[in-house]
Amino acid sequence: MFESLTDKLTNAMRHLRGTAKLSEENMAEALKEVRAALLSADVHFKVARAFIERVKEKCVGQDVLKTVTPGQQIIKIINDELTALLGEGSTELSKKKPLKIMMVGLQGGGKTTTSAKLAKALKKDGYKPHLVACDVYRPAAIDQLETVARQIDVPCFAKRGTPDVPAIGEEGLRVATASGDDLIIFDTAGRLQIDEQLIDEIKELKRRVNPDEVLLVVDGAIGQEAVNVAKTFNEAVQLTGIVMTKLDGDARGGAALSMKEITEVPIKFAGTGEKLDDFDVFHPDRMASRILGMGDVVSLVEKAQESIDEKDAANMAERMMAGDFNFEDMLKQFSQIKKLGSMSSIMGMLPGMGKMAGNMGMDDKAEKQMKRSEAIILSMTKVERQKPQLLNSSRRTRIARGSGTKLAEVNQLIKQHMQMKKMMKKMQGGGKKMGNMKKMMKQMKASGMDPNQMGGMGGGAGMPNLDNLKF
Amino acid sequence: MLSIFKKFKDGLAKSAKSIAEKTGGIFGRKKLDASTIEELEEALFASDFGYETTEEIVEETQKAYKKDKDLRGKDVAAIGSSVLKRVLEGSEGRIQFVEGSPTVICLIGVNGSGKTTTTAKLGYQYKQDGRNPMVAACDTFRAAAIEQLKEWSSRLGLDIIAGQHGADSAAVAFDAYQAAKARGHDTLIIDTAGRLHTKSNLMDELAKIRRVLQKHDEAAPHYSLLVVDGSLGSNSIEQARVFNEKFGLDGLVVTKLDGTSRGGALVGIYRELKLPIFFLGFGEKPEDLQEYRVDNYVDAIFGADEEE
Ligand SMILES: Nc1nc2c(ncn2[C@@H]2O[C@H](COP(=O)(O)OP(=O)(O)OP(=O)(O)O)[C@@H](O)[C@H]2O)c(=O)[nH]1
Ligand SMILES: Nc1nc2c(ncn2[C@@H]2O[C@H](COP(=O)(O)OP(=O)(O)O)[C@@H](O)[C@H]2O)c(=O)[nH]1
Ligand SMILES: [Mg+2]
Ligand SMILES: [Mg+2]
Repeated sequence: MFESLTDKLTNAMRHLRGTAKLSEENMAEALKEVRAALLSADVHFKVARAFIERVKEKCVGQDVLKTVTPGQQIIKIINDELTALLGEGSTELSKKKPLKIMMVGLQGGGKTTTSAKLAKALKKDGYKPHLVACDVYRPAAIDQLETVARQIDVPCFAKRGTPDVPAIGEEGLRVATASGDDLIIFDTAGRLQIDEQLIDEIKELKRRVNPDEVLLVVDGAIGQEAVNVAKTFNEAVQLTGIVMTKLDGDARGGAALSMKEITEVPIKFAGTGEKLDDFDVFHPDRMASRILGMGDVVSLVEKAQESIDEKDAANMAERMMAGDFNFEDMLKQFSQIKKLGSMSSIMGMLPGMGKMAGNMGMDDKAEKQMKRSEAIILSMTKVERQKPQLLNSSRRTRIARGSGTKLAEVNQLIKQHMQMKKMMKKMQGGGKKMGNMKKMMKQMKASGMDPNQMGGMGGGAGMPNLDNLKF
Repeated sequence: MLSIFKKFKDGLAKSAKSIAEKTGGIFGRKKLDASTIEELEEALFASDFGYETTEEIVEETQKAYKKDKDLRGKDVAAIGSSVLKRVLEGSEGRIQFVEGSPTVICLIGVNGSGKTTTTAKLGYQYKQDGRNPMVAACDTFRAAAIEQLKEWSSRLGLDIIAGQHGADSAAVAFDAYQAAKARGHDTLIIDTAGRLHTKSNLMDELAKIRRVLQKHDEAAPHYSLLVVDGSLGSNSIEQARVFNEKFGLDGLVVTKLDGTSRGGALVGIYRELKLPIFFLGFGEKPEDLQEYRVDNYVDAIFGADEEE
C-alpha cells in the first residue's frame, strides 16, 4: 500500500520534473490520490478535506527537491503532518492518587477487556487497582469483568440485582478506597451515542464518582461514524483520552485522525490483542504510517532493536552465512523471538506481511510448536547441539523420551534444521530484502516444510537481518 | 409481516433521517448545482458506502445533470436509489431449512460484532415462528462468553448446549449437534468466539468446527454467516473477504444499525464478494432482528416516502 501510494504519487507528479516550485495546480492530481487513500482508510471526509488543505498550504511554494522525487517529497510532508496531528496532546494519564478512570464507548468496542489491561499495566507501576462493574445490561457482563479481574489478581466490586449504575459506582468507589486501593476503574455498558437515556446514565455516574480520566474505547476498524461517536461522548462526559482497540487486525485506523481532529482529545492507548498483555501506549508515528498504509516498519525496527542483543545477532548471522548453524543457535533464536513478542504481531507489522502471517499460521500455533522444539533441543547434550550429525537413532529416541515428544517430532526438527542450514547458505548476501524473504518462505513451503513449524525459521530468516531491512 | 416491515423502518428511520438531513438540502432544493453534487458525495461517504459506490452514484448524477440542467433533488434521490438497487441486486439471503435433521446456522466474526446476541435473537425469532431451535455456546475462550449465552437462553427459554471454559469448541459443536438431533430440534444455532480474520490459528479452529459437524451431516453447517458490526468502515470488506476465502461464507448479518451508521459497508461487501445479506440487527433486545430486504434498505437510505 505504501508502495502503491508512493507509486501513485510519483506517477501523479511525474510531470513535475523540471518544475521549480510546487503549486496548487501541479499538485492537484497527487492530492486527489492522497484524498482517496485517506478516505479508503476510513478518515472522515471532512477531516480528509481539511487535512488536504493543510498539506496543500505546506507544499505550495516549496522548491521541488532534486534529491528525491516529488512524490517522495509530498509523502514526507504528509507523513510528518499526520504524525504531528495525531500526536498533539499528552498520552500520559493523570498522576493523581487515588486515580479514578471511567471507561465509555459503543457496544463491543473493548471496554471490559481494556479495563483489565489498564489495571494490569498500572499495577506494574505500583498502583493498587480495583475494578467496578457498572454494566448492568449485557448478559454476564459482570461475570466477564470478575473473570478478567481474577486473571490479573485484582479485586472487583459488583452489585447484582440493581440497575442503579450511579449508586453502584459510588459504592464501588467507597469500598475500593476503604480497602486502600488507589486505582479505581469503572467499566460501563456499551451504548450508542444517540441513546439519550443511557448517555444520561454515564453523565450521572460521572457526576457521582468524579473520575480523573474518562476514556473512550473505540474499535480500531470503526468507520465514518467515529466522528459522531467521539463528538457526542465528548460533549456528554468530557473525554480525557481515547483508546483504539483491535489494532492487531489490519484495519487502517483512519478514525484515529478523525476523532482527534474533531474532539482534540488525545489518543492514549492501543489495544493489540485479546490477551491482557496486548496493550501499548499510542504511537502517533506508527498510526500515521498505518493510515497511509505503510505498515508498522518503525515499531518493528524499534522493537527488534530493543530486544535483540545486537552482538549476538551479528554473530549468529555470520555463522549462519557460513553454513555453521547448529542447535545452540536455534535455541538462541527462540529466546530472541520470545523477547520480541508473538510472531503474528511481528509479521503483522511488516507491510504486506500481515496477510502472509495469517497464511502461514505464524501465531499461537507456531509458538506452541516453538516450545516443543525448544524442549527437544534442551534434551540434547551440549555436544549434540553443536554437532547435529551425531544424532543417530538411539540418541533421537532418548531425546524424544527426555522431552516428552514423539520420535517423529525429533526427526522433523532435525530435518528442519538441515533445511534451514541449506537455505541459509543459499541466502548468502541475499536475505536482506522482503522480496527475498517472501521467496524464501515460498521455497520452504515448496520444500515440504510445515509452515506451522516455522519456529526456527522466523528467527533464522528475519531477525538477524532486521537492521538491514529496507523498504 | 407488517410489523417486521415497520420495525425495519423504525430502525433505519434514524439512518434515513440522518442521510436525508445531509442530502435533504439537496433533495429538497429546487435545482442542482456543482456544490450540491459535492454534498451528495459527502453524504454517501458518511454512510460508509465506500469509494466505488459513492463515485458511481455521483457520476450518474453528474451525467444526468449534464443532460438535464433542470434536474431536481427528487431526481437525485431516484438516481441514488436506482444505482444502489442495481448494485444490491440479488443480495437478499434466505434460510432454506432442511427436512428431517437440524438445519445448522453458524455465526462467526471478529470480536465484539454481535454474534452471541444474534444467536439469541435468531433463536428467539425461530421460536416465535413455531420452530424448535437450540443454541450452542462454542465460544469457550472469552471470559464469561458461555455465561452470556446461558443467560440469554434462560431468559428466552431456549435449549442450550455449552461446554466448559477452555474446552475444545469443536467438541462442543459436535455434542450440540448430537443433542439437537436426539432432542428433536429442527434448528441449531452455533455461537463462536470472536476472532480477527488475520489470525490463522483461530481460523483453523473454525475449520475444525465444520469438520466435526460434517461427521454428523455432510451439509453442515448449512449456513455460515459472518456477523459484521455495521458501524465499522472499509475493514469489514477485508473481514468478509478473508473469512470467505479461509472458511467459506454463505452470507452476512449486519448489526448495530440502530445507531446512526447506515451499514453502508454491506454495499461494499456485496459489490465485491456477492455475499447475500440475511439479517440486520437493530438493537440489543431479542426482537431487534430483521430479515434484510433490498427495497427497505435502499428506501430507508434515500428517504423514500414513509407511507409507500
Ligand atoms: N446497539 C446494538 N448493540 C448490539 C447489537 N447487537 C449486539 N449488540 C451489543 O454489542 C455488544 C457485543 O455483542 P455480542 O453479541 O456479545 O458480540 P460477540 O460478537 O458475541 O462478541 P465477542 O464474543 O466478544 O466477540 C453487546 O453489548 C451487545 O449487546 C445491535 O444490533 N445494536
Ligand atoms: N483482537 C482483539 N480483540 C479485542 C481487543 N480488545 C477487546 N477485544 C475483544 O473484543 C470483544 C469485545 O470486548 P469487550 O471488552 O467485551 O467490549 P465491551 O463490550 O466494550 O466491554 C471481546 O471478544 C474481546 O476479547 C483487542 O485489542 N484486540
Ligand atoms: Mg463490557
Ligand atoms: Mg460472543
